[in-house]
Amino acid sequence: MPPNTPPLNPHKWVENHADYLFSFAFTRLNDEELARDLVQDTFFAALKRMDAFEGKSTERTWLTAILKYKIIDCYRKRSSDLKVSLREVNEPVFFEEEGHWTVEQRPTAFGIETDARINEKEFNNVLQGCMQKLPPLWLSVFTMKHVDEELTDTICAELKISASNFWVIIHRAKVNLRACLQKNWL
Amino acid sequence: MNALKKIQYNCNKATFLIEKRMLDKITLRERVELYIHLITCLPCRLFAEQSQNINQMVKQLFQKPVVKLGEDEKQQMHTLIEQEIDKEKK
Repeated sequence: MPPNTPPLNPHKWVENHADYLFSFAFTRLNDEELARDLVQDTFFAALKRMDAFEGKSTERTWLTAILKYKIIDCYRKRSSDLKVSLREVNEPVFFEEEGHWTVEQRPTAFGIETDARINEKEFNNVLQGCMQKLPPLWLSVFTMKHVDEELTDTICAELKISASNFWVIIHRAKVNLRACLQKNWL
Repeated sequence: MNALKKIQYNCNKATFLIEKRMLDKITLRERVELYIHLITCLPCRLFAEQSQNINQMVKQLFQKPVVKLGEDEKQQMHTLIEQEIDKEKK
């Protein structure tokens, strides 16, 4: 290890990072038990890999990167367990055959047009509920792209989907999410 | 239906392009089609504004710590790590 590498201190990992990692995993998987197991696994994996730590990132970033791999593994498992084709997903009819919005599903204003309702607890609860209604594969794609800002190619490779399916999922996830917000927030 | 009508009528495609445009490049032809569509389609203009704000809200939501581990759970994790470190030493 080069002398200026900030050292890893596994004796302090739980104290310094466990809550952060737990919350990181929980928001992405919505399963407390699974999130807890992944944090523990991450610490174990990190102990085995301490030699590989180059000090290019902080201890927390390094641990988070290990956790991310484990989360993607879960995404993969979930989406193959529930391999529903795009056609089978149960969703409202948003568009007429020619592509026009159906009357029931047409977007209307409901208070998030001009400003994002950041930090509003009740709105966040609705948002969280609506995200959890998306099929697992869609939610994984959506989160990897919008929150973790992964490259499209990476997401397609990790989750074994084609680029054209990726864009269909990105589109339909948003159409469903927006409709759910309009319905439950108004 | 003529070409212009088709563009004006296809909200499904327009919203697809709105989503793609926020994350990637769309072709010049697609940009023109979307522009024409949005001029006459209020619901899709609303969709575009809302969609952008939803992205922001989702990002924000994920940055906030929403759950914490219990003290005993942390203690247990800590003990397991210490055991593992001891094992490595031997």
